Amino acid sequence: MDAITLTTLLATLDATLRVSTPLILCAMAGLFSERSGIVDISLEGKMLSAAFAAGTLAAITGSPWVALLGAIIVSIGLALVHGFACITHRGDQVVSGLAINVLASGLTIVLGIAWFSQGGQTPALASEARFMPLELPLSSSIANVPVIGQFFDTVINGHNLLVYIALLAVPATWWVVYRTRFGLRLRAVGENPLAVDTTGISVSRLRYFSVMICGALCGVAGAYLAIAQNAAFSREMTAGQGYIALAAMIFGKWRPMPALLACLMFGFLDAVSIRLQGIVLPVIGEVPVQLIQALPYILTVVLLAGFIGRAIAPKAVGIPFTKER
Amino acid sequence: MNTSNVELPTWIEVVLIPLLNIFLALVFSGLIILAIGEDPIKAVGIMINGAFGYDEAIGYTLYYTTNFIFTGLAVAVAFHARLFNIGGEGQAYIGGLGVGLAFLLLDKHLPALLLIPIGILMAAVFGALWAFIPAWLQAYRGSHIVITTIMFNFIAASLMVYLLVNVLIMPGSMSPETREFDTAGWLPFMHELFAWFGVNITRTPLNMSFLLALVCCVLVWLYIWKTQWGYALRTAGHSEAAAVYAGINPKRIVIIAMCISGGLAGLVAVNEIMGVHHRLLLNFPAGYGFTGIAVALMGRNHPLGILVASLLFGVLYQGGTELAFEVPKITREMVVAIQGLIILFSGALALMLRPWTVRVWLGLTRQSAT
Repeated sequence: MDAITLTTLLATLDATLRVSTPLILCAMAGLFSERSGIVDISLEGKMLSAAFAAGTLAAITGSPWVALLGAIIVSIGLALVHGFACITHRGDQVVSGLAINVLASGLTIVLGIAWFSQGGQTPALASEARFMPLELPLSSSIANVPVIGQFFDTVINGHNLLVYIALLAVPATWWVVYRTRFGLRLRAVGENPLAVDTTGISVSRLRYFSVMICGALCGVAGAYLAIAQNAAFSREMTAGQGYIALAAMIFGKWRPMPALLACLMFGFLDAVSIRLQGIVLPVIGEVPVQLIQALPYILTVVLLAGFIGRAIAPKAVGIPFTKER
Repeated sequence: MNTSNVELPTWIEVVLIPLLNIFLALVFSGLIILAIGEDPIKAVGIMINGAFGYDEAIGYTLYYTTNFIFTGLAVAVAFHARLFNIGGEGQAYIGGLGVGLAFLLLDKHLPALLLIPIGILMAAVFGALWAFIPAWLQAYRGSHIVITTIMFNFIAASLMVYLLVNVLIMPGSMSPETREFDTAGWLPFMHELFAWFGVNITRTPLNMSFLLALVCCVLVWLYIWKTQWGYALRTAGHSEAAAVYAGINPKRIVIIAMCISGGLAGLVAVNEIMGVHHRLLLNFPAGYGFTGIAVALMGRNHPLGILVASLLFGVLYQGGTELAFEVPKITREMVVAIQGLIILFSGALALMLRPWTVRVWLGLTRQSAT
C-alpha cells in the first residue's frame, strides 16, 4: 500500500469515527429501551431536542458542561413522556415515539426562530463553549511509527471528549446488561415481564429506569452534534441519524458489540459516500452517492427479512404490560 | 380501581374523550405560544381568519385538506388490519414517480380523457407497489412493518433524488425537476371547473382531486363496513387466530390492506403533481404522509372522522401560513409541533383521561339513580 492511499484510508477512518459517534450513543440508548420491552423510534426526536438544548445553553452560558447537562435533562424529560405514555398509560409505543419525533422537529425550529431569529439556528459558538479535540498522551511521540503509530495518531487521537465517551459507552452497556443484577432483570423484563412481576420486582420501575438511561445517552448524542462536531444547532441537524442508529441496533441484533460494528459500518459508508462522489471505480463504474446513503436502510430491510442471518427482537418488545390483579 | 372494564355510553367513548384529548393538545400548543411571548387567543383568531376569511384562503385550506384525506385514509385502512403504515410519505413520493414516468412518455400523444385516468391509476399503482414490498416481507418473512416502512421512506427519498438529479431532470436545467407536462395531463382546477358552469371563483391550487378524495372517503367506508372483504380485514385485525378459524388467510389480508393503503397514499401525487405542480419535483410530499397518521388517529380511523380531521389540519396548515406572515415570531413549523401534540394526546395517551371520565360518569349516574 503506498503512502497516499494509506493516508486516505486513515483519514476516512478518522471521519468514520466522527460520524459514527452519535450513532453509537443512540444505538446503545435504543438497546436499553428495547431490551426492557419498550420500542423506541424516538431516538431521533430526543437527539434533536438535546442538540437544540445544548446549542441554546452553550450560547447563553458559554459552558459546554452546562450545555451537556441541559441536553441530558431535556432528553430524559422526553424519555419520561414516552415512558408515561407507554408504561403508565399503556399507549402504543410506536405512536408515542412518532409523536416525540414530530414534536421535536416542530418545536426546535419554532423556539429557535423565536429566541434567536437566525432562521432556526442557534448562535455560532466560540471554542470555549464547545468540546474541542483532545491530544492524547504519547500520540505525537509514536506518530512516526509506520502504520500503527500513524493509525493511533490520525484515527484514535484528536477527537473530542464525547467521542471517547461514546466508545466507552459500548463496553459499559455490555457490562451493565450482561454482568449486573439490573441488566439481568432488564433482559428478563423485555422477554417475559410477567415472570419478573411474579418475583416481586416492579416492571414499571425497571422500564422507567431503562427509558431514562436511553434518554441520557440520546442527550449526549445531541450535545455531540451541536457543541462538539458542529459549532451551533441548525434545524433538522439530526437528519435521520436517529433512525440509522435504530437500524444499527437492529442490525446488531440488540447486542452492544455487534451494534457498535454496525454503527461503524454505517458511519464508514457515510464517510466514504462523500469521498466517492463523482469518482469512477474500476469494474463497477460510478457509484451513485444516493445508493451508498440508502445502503444502511436497504441492508437493515434485508437483514430483517432473514436473508442474512436472523434478527430476533426481545420477545415482549412493543407489548404494554398489564399487571394482573 | 380498574376502570378498563367499565362500559361507557358511546357518545363519551367516541365523541367526548377524543374531543378532550384534542383540547389538551391545543392547550399545550397555546402554552408553547405563550412561552414565546405571543397571545394564543389572538393567534387562533388570525389562523381561523387566514383559513376561512376570504375566498382564496378557503381554496388553499381545501387544497391541503385533500392531501390529508388521502394519507389519513391510507393510515386508517392499514390500522383496521392492525398494521401501522408509517410509510405514507415514501408511498406518496413513489406515486409521484408513477405519474411522472407515465406523463413523460405519453403526455404528447394522448388526449386528457385518457391521460388523467392513466395518471391517477399510475399514482395508486406505484404507491401500492412501494407498500407491497414491506407487506410481503411482513407476511412471508416476518420482518416488522413499522421498521420496514420507516426504512422505505428513506430509500424512496434517496431513489427520487438519484432519479431526479441524474435521470429524469429536464436537460439543461439546473434544478432537479422534470420538464413541465403537456396541459392534457393537468387535472382541472376548481376555478376552471366552476367557470365551465359560468360561476367565477378565485384562482387557487384547489383542483378536482378534492372530489376524488371525497369519493375515496365513501369507497373506503363501503369497503371497510359494507363488504365481505372489509369484514375479513377487520377480523384479521382483531384476532389472527379467529381469522384463520374463519377461513381467512391473514397473510393475504396484510398484503391487500397495505396495497390499498399505499395506493391511497400514492394519490397525494394526483393532487400535487397532476393538479398543482404539473411536473415531478423533489420533496413534494412535504410531510403529508406523516400528518396522515395524526389525521387517522384524530378521526378514529373512520372516513367521516378523517374528513373532519383533514379539514382541521387544512385549517392549521393554511391558517399557520397566514399566522407566520402576521406574527413573525410564530413560524409555520408551529403546525408541526401541534401535530406532534395531537399524535401524543389522541394516539399514545388516548386512554389517559378514561379512568378519570369513568369515575366522573359513575359519580353522576349514581347520583341520578338515588
